[in-house]
Amino acid sequence: MRTATRVVSTAVRFDQAAVRIAGRTIWSDVDLSVARGEFLAVLGPNGVGKSTLVKAALGLVGLSAGSVTVLGQPAGQSGRQIGYLPQRRSFDPSLRVRGVDIVGLGSDGERWGVPLPFGTRFLPSRRAAAQRVREVIELVGATAFADRPIGQISGGEQQRLLIAQALVKDPKLLVLDEPLDSLDLPSQASVAALVSRICREHQVTVMLVAHDVNPILSYLDRVAYVARGGAVCGTPDEVIRSEVLTELYRTPVEVLRASDGRLVVVGEPEAPARHTDRHSGTPGTPGESAQPW
Amino acid sequence: MVTGLIAGQPGLTWNIADDIRQLLLYPFMVNAFRAGTIVAVAAGALGWYMVLRRQTFAGHTLAIVSFPGAAGAILIGVSATVGYFVAAITAAIVIAAVPRSLGGRARSGESAVIGTVQAFALACGALFVSLYGGFLNGLTDLLFGSFLGISSSQVLTLLVVAALALAVLAFIGRPLFFATVDPDVAAARGVPVRLLGTIFLILLGCAAAEVGQITGALLVFALLVMPAATAQQLTTRPRASFVLTIALGLAIVWLGLAVAYFSVYPVGFYITTFGFGGYVLATAGRTAAGRLRRALA
Repeated sequence: MRTATRVVSTAVRFDQAAVRIAGRTIWSDVDLSVARGEFLAVLGPNGVGKSTLVKAALGLVGLSAGSVTVLGQPAGQSGRQIGYLPQRRSFDPSLRVRGVDIVGLGSDGERWGVPLPFGTRFLPSRRAAAQRVREVIELVGATAFADRPIGQISGGEQQRLLIAQALVKDPKLLVLDEPLDSLDLPSQASVAALVSRICREHQVTVMLVAHDVNPILSYLDRVAYVARGGAVCGTPDEVIRSEVLTELYRTPVEVLRASDGRLVVVGEPEAPARHTDRHSGTPGTPGESAQPW
Repeated sequence: MVTGLIAGQPGLTWNIADDIRQLLLYPFMVNAFRAGTIVAVAAGALGWYMVLRRQTFAGHTLAIVSFPGAAGAILIGVSATVGYFVAAITAAIVIAAVPRSLGGRARSGESAVIGTVQAFALACGALFVSLYGGFLNGLTDLLFGSFLGISSSQVLTLLVVAALALAVLAFIGRPLFFATVDPDVAAARGVPVRLLGTIFLILLGCAAAEVGQITGALLVFALLVMPAATAQQLTTRPRASFVLTIALGLAIVWLGLAVAYFSVYPVGFYITTFGFGGYVLATAGRTAAGRLRRALA
């Protein structure tokens, strides 16, 4: 396990952390650290607890041992400085709400009450908020389709708008759970480039969960491979190697490099049957389920 | 309906002012317009969220249970109004209590529970009606609506319940919208998604009970679904479609009441028909506009 050398500028730090859910240890002895402004990918086979790891960083899942520090505070206490994009599939095609309204919820969606009519015209704070929404939409390159119903744009376009939503409050840490999942390859490449650009140009620390490292490999500062027993964290060259992953998973794992630089990981264990958990909460949530009759 | 006889054979003329004067000649008709207006606003506001939340099945059940509620109330000698509200709110709490521990997929389980509750409620209604005996005229009104004999005190009850429901909705409006379109992110941002869902169902129960008193238990959807579904076809701006929903609701209630007054057929039929016509026109218009845009592009 590698410990952080730049303690002061650490954005996220796990110390001997463990999570148990319903009496079952998801993972334990996890040490990892991400410096501010770094781009970290959380990797590992399906069902190994990658989402749980980022949820622990957000304070949405409690630890059974160890500690997690986020932006200098215990997990869960720096809410406003974190932009979070949960794992999801997509919006219902029949949802007739504009993308710009979805992004706008990122700025005031949790506030009680309803916005006053014509507020954007008369209230400076509302005007500034509306301006900020347009700004982040521009930043993610979504201006062209932000006014269309969100259910009718492509998965990659939806993902851009959701990243914009997570960015509205100018977070210091961006946590993205499988944002590339279910996108086609060109969309994966462009969303990965977008996330990297946000990370570099706006000094936002990024924690991105992925099951395939290749679309993001060239942008990454660090990777964390998660397993039941713990995690290894380091630069991609240090971690994505046959001997490191073999030791982590305690089963022969081979990392092959294709001629175009892509990595192929062979022999990763599939976790015990927990695949159903991966997308729970996506189909059938309000606003997404088909009408039940 | 015996409107024609009561009103001394009202007839439509080409003089609109005269028609409106005729409409408001009798206190029962004034009360019908008051009640219809209150109900249209409450149903529009809650129906807008219901359509967005894909909870039309739950809304339908809340409306259906108001039938046994009202029948049971009449059977034990309480006001039907009380029966409407008690039944709908109780059903709302039952539906909200369906455990969603299985995550998003539990929605299919929810619809099964809702269907079960709905069937049982209808059966209870049938029992209450037959226990009461000789109640057949009232049965039609309970199921398909009536605008006769709405008392001033009933209007006041409708007004108070609607005002309370709308005040609560105004307070939870924005987080409820967030929880509706993007529940995962809303939950991560600290919105009490589950609690809001429960509160919403109770408010929806109030609205369903209110509408049921005008359109009857079976035609509640005319005011809960149709205006919202039509408005959401016409615009994707949340605020605009919300306002449009209420405007459409008012339009179809006023038109429905007016036409029913001059006719011998039930008011529920007219309100539903105008709502249906609006929805068909809006959908056809949107499809045509989409085709045209593609053809020009």
